[in-house]
Amino acid sequence: MNATTIEHRTMRALTMRLDDETFAIDAESVREILEVVPVTRVPSAPDAVFGLINVRGSVVPLADFRVLFGMDRREATEDTRIVVVEVRLDDERLVAGLLADKVHEVVDLDAGVQEAAPRVGMRWPAEFVQGIAKRNEAFVIIPNVEKIFATLAAA
Amino acid sequence: MTMTDANETFRTEAADLLETLQAGLMELERTPGDLALVDSVFRALHTIKGSGAMFGYTAAAAFVHEFETVFDGVRKGRTPASSALIRIALGACDHIHALVQSPDASDSGGEPILDALREAVGSSTSEPTPVADPVSAAEPVTGWRVRFRLPSDALILGTSPILLLEELSAFGPCDVRAVIGGVPELGALDPEASYLEWEVTLQADVPRESVEDVFMFLSMTGDDLVIEPLDPDQPVMPEVHADVHEENHDSVGHAASSIPQGAATGAGRSGGGSGAVPARSFRADKAGTSLRVPAERLDSLMDRVGELVIAQARLSQLASASTDQNLKSVAEDLERLSASLRDTTMGIRMVPIGSLFGRFRRLVHDLSHDLGKEIDFVTSGEETELDKTMIEQLADPLVHLIRNAADHGLERPDARLMNGKAPTGTLRLSAVYAGAEVAISIADDGAGLDAGRIRAKAVEAGLISADQALAESELFQLIFHPGFSTAKEVTALSGRGVGMDVVKKTIEGLRGSIDIASRPGQGTTATLRLPLTLAIIDGLLVRVGDGRYTIPLAAVEECVELPRDTEIAPKGRSFLNVRGALVPYLRLREIFRTEAPADLHPKVVIVSSGETRVGLVVDQIIGNNQTVIKQLSRLHAGLKTFSGATILGDGSVALILDVLNLVGSGQDLDERSTAKSLGRAA
Repeated sequence: MNATTIEHRTMRALTMRLDDETFAIDAESVREILEVVPVTRVPSAPDAVFGLINVRGSVVPLADFRVLFGMDRREATEDTRIVVVEVRLDDERLVAGLLADKVHEVVDLDAGVQEAAPRVGMRWPAEFVQGIAKRNEAFVIIPNVEKIFATLAAA
Repeated sequence: MTMTDANETFRTEAADLLETLQAGLMELERTPGDLALVDSVFRALHTIKGSGAMFGYTAAAAFVHEFETVFDGVRKGRTPASSALIRIALGACDHIHALVQSPDASDSGGEPILDALREAVGSSTSEPTPVADPVSAAEPVTGWRVRFRLPSDALILGTSPILLLEELSAFGPCDVRAVIGGVPELGALDPEASYLEWEVTLQADVPRESVEDVFMFLSMTGDDLVIEPLDPDQPVMPEVHADVHEENHDSVGHAASSIPQGAATGAGRSGGGSGAVPARSFRADKAGTSLRVPAERLDSLMDRVGELVIAQARLSQLASASTDQNLKSVAEDLERLSASLRDTTMGIRMVPIGSLFGRFRRLVHDLSHDLGKEIDFVTSGEETELDKTMIEQLADPLVHLIRNAADHGLERPDARLMNGKAPTGTLRLSAVYAGAEVAISIADDGAGLDAGRIRAKAVEAGLISADQALAESELFQLIFHPGFSTAKEVTALSGRGVGMDVVKKTIEGLRGSIDIASRPGQGTTATLRLPLTLAIIDGLLVRVGDGRYTIPLAAVEECVELPRDTEIAPKGRSFLNVRGALVPYLRLREIFRTEAPADLHPKVVIVSSGETRVGLVVDQIIGNNQTVIKQLSRLHAGLKTFSGATILGDGSVALILDVLNLVGSGQDLDERSTAKSLGRAA
C-alpha cells in the first residue's frame, strides 16, 4: 500500500494500550479477549512470537507487539489481556494471540481522521504501521497486523 | 446424492478399476496364458463400461466396448498376450482415463488405438459381428448344469427358490434361466402354486454333493432335480437371453401370481443381464463390507477424537487428585475407551503403501520401453501402512526418484553386459517400519553416482569451493540443490535439473528426510524416512528447566541416568557409554537456553532414527501420555527442533520434539568430533 494514501472509511476498531501508546485493531479480525493464561515458551523462537497458548483446544501462537515497536517486555499485570485475532496470511487462516497491557473499548474511527503513517519521527518500522488515527486529542496507532505476521512467518 | 457426487464417485471408482486393469494387464504380460487374469481384466473393463454408460460417459463406454471386442481374441485364447499388445492395451487404459476425466472432450485418438489393437490381435478385424456381451462367451470351465422344479406346494410350505439360487451362486458364477413352459393360462392359474422350472449353469469346481446339499431339505424326485456336469465344449449361454426376457414379459403378462412372478423376475434379473452380472454381484457382496468416505469427514472425526483425548486426559488428572472411587473408575473406563477409539480412528486413516506401488509398476513398464532398458521391478513391504494424506503426497516424489533411477541409474543392456552384469537391471522399491518411522527405499543396481562429476558440477555451479572437504553423504545431498543436474544429455524424462529439490522439499514438508547412498558400479539407493502418522502418537513427557516437552515414544529406546563424571566433561566431548557403545548426547537445557536451575540427577532419553541413536539430557522424566499432534502455526514453522505441539491434561501446551532433527544434530556432533577438519557450525 502506498504510505501516503489516506483511507476514507469508517473503521470499527478495538483499542488497547501497549506501554504509553494506544493501538487500534480492526474489530472484524478480533475473535475474543482472554485473561492471561499459562504461556508455553518456545525455545529459539523470536521474542515477538515467544510462546504458545491453549485457546479452547487449539494451540495458538502468542505475539508480543512490544518487541516490534521497540518497547521493553514486561511481566503480566492484572490488566493484561490476550487479544485473539484471526488474519489471512497468503490464503491461509492464521489465529494468533496478541499481548495487550490493557484493553479499552471498541470504537468507530471516523473517515478522514486516519492519517498515513509518517515516515519520519517514528520509532518503529513504517511497514508495520497501517495508519495513525486521532481520537480524543491523542494518537492511535493502527498496526498492520497482516504485514507483521507475514514478516514473522517469513523469518 | 447429487449428480456431481455421483459423477465424482464414478470417476474415483473408474480410476480404481483402471488401476486394477493396468495391474492385470501387466501381470498378464508376465504370465500370458493365465485365464483367471484375463477374466479379471474383463471384469474391470465390463464394470467401467456398465457404470460409464449409466452415468452418461457414453464415449468412454463405447470405447471400452470396442476395446473389449478386440481384446476378446485374447480371452478366447486365439491371440497370445504379447508385450506389444499389452503396451497398446495400456495406452487404451490411458485413453479411457482421459475419456472418464473429461467426457466432453472429443473422442480423438481412440480409433488409432483400436486399430493398433486390432492389428496386434490379428484376426479380429475380420470379425465384424460386435460381440454384444463378450463376457458371457464360452470358455472351458468346469461346473454343473442344474435343472430343478419345485413341488407345486413348495411355495405354500415356505420354500423360496431365490434362496436356493443364491445358495448356488455362492459357489461361483451362475447363469440362471427360468423355464416357464409349465405356467398355465391365467384362468387356470393357482396363485399359490409353483409352476416354474429353473436351469442353472454353475461355473464352479465343486463336488456334486455340495450342489445336492442345496436341495437336501426338499423332497424332490426323478425329473425334479437333474444335476449334470457342464460340458466345456458346449457354449454356456446359447441364445437363451433373449427368450428368457421375452418369456419373462409374457409370464408377467399372464401370470398374475405374485409369488412366481417375483421368483421369475428375480431369476430373470440374475440370468438375463449378462454372464458377468452374477460374478459382479457376488463380488459386490464382499465389497459391501467396505465403504468409501470423503477424506475430510475422516479429518474432522480425527479432530473430534483429538479433542476427546485431551478432555479425557484432563479428567484423568482430576480423578487422580480425587478420592472419589466412582470418579476414578469412570475416568479409567473413559481412558480405555478413548485409547481404543483413537487407535480405531487412526487405523481408518492408515492406508497400505501398496496402493501406490501398483501405479509405479506401470511407470516402470513404460520407462523400460521408452528407455530401451530391461528393468525388473521388485517391490516389498506393500502392506506397510502410512497416513492417507502422507501417501497421497508421496506419489510425486517417488515417481521422480524411480524415473531418475531408471534413466540415470540403470545402464543400457550392452553397457551392463560389458561390466559383467545381467542385461536386465533391477529396481527395488521397498517399505519397512523403522521405529516411529517408515523407511521407503528405491534401489537400483546401476552404475552408481559419480562422486567426481557431482563435485565438479557443484564447484562449477559455485555451490562448493574447489578445495572444500565433504563427506560422501554430504556430496550426494548436493543433488537436491535447485538447478543441479549431472545428466549429460537432457531427455524427455529427466535431466532438466528440476525436481530433486522439489522431492526434498516435499519430503521435508512431511517431516521426513531423504538420504542417498551409492557405490560405483553397484548402484544407488535413495531412502526416505517418514513419520508414521500426522495425528496422534504416544509420547514420553519430560521436563527441561521449567518447560515440559513430549518425545514420540516409538523413537525412545531407553532412559538412563546421566553419570556424574560425564557432567564435568568439557563440551564437544559429549558422548555417553551405553553398554560399550558410544552415543552422542545433547543437553536440551543448552539447546533451549533454559535458565531455571538444573536438577541434580539429570536423565538421558536415548532416541533413535533408523540406525543412529542420540541421547537427550532432560531434567526429569514425567511419564507416558497420549499426544494429539497440533501443527505449529506458520509463525513457528521455521523451528526445526519441534515437530508440533500438544495440549496436556492440565490444559497447558507442550512442544513435541522432532527426533529426526535432533538425531541429525547429534550426528553432526558425532561427525564433528571424528572429523575435526570439517569446521562446520552445528
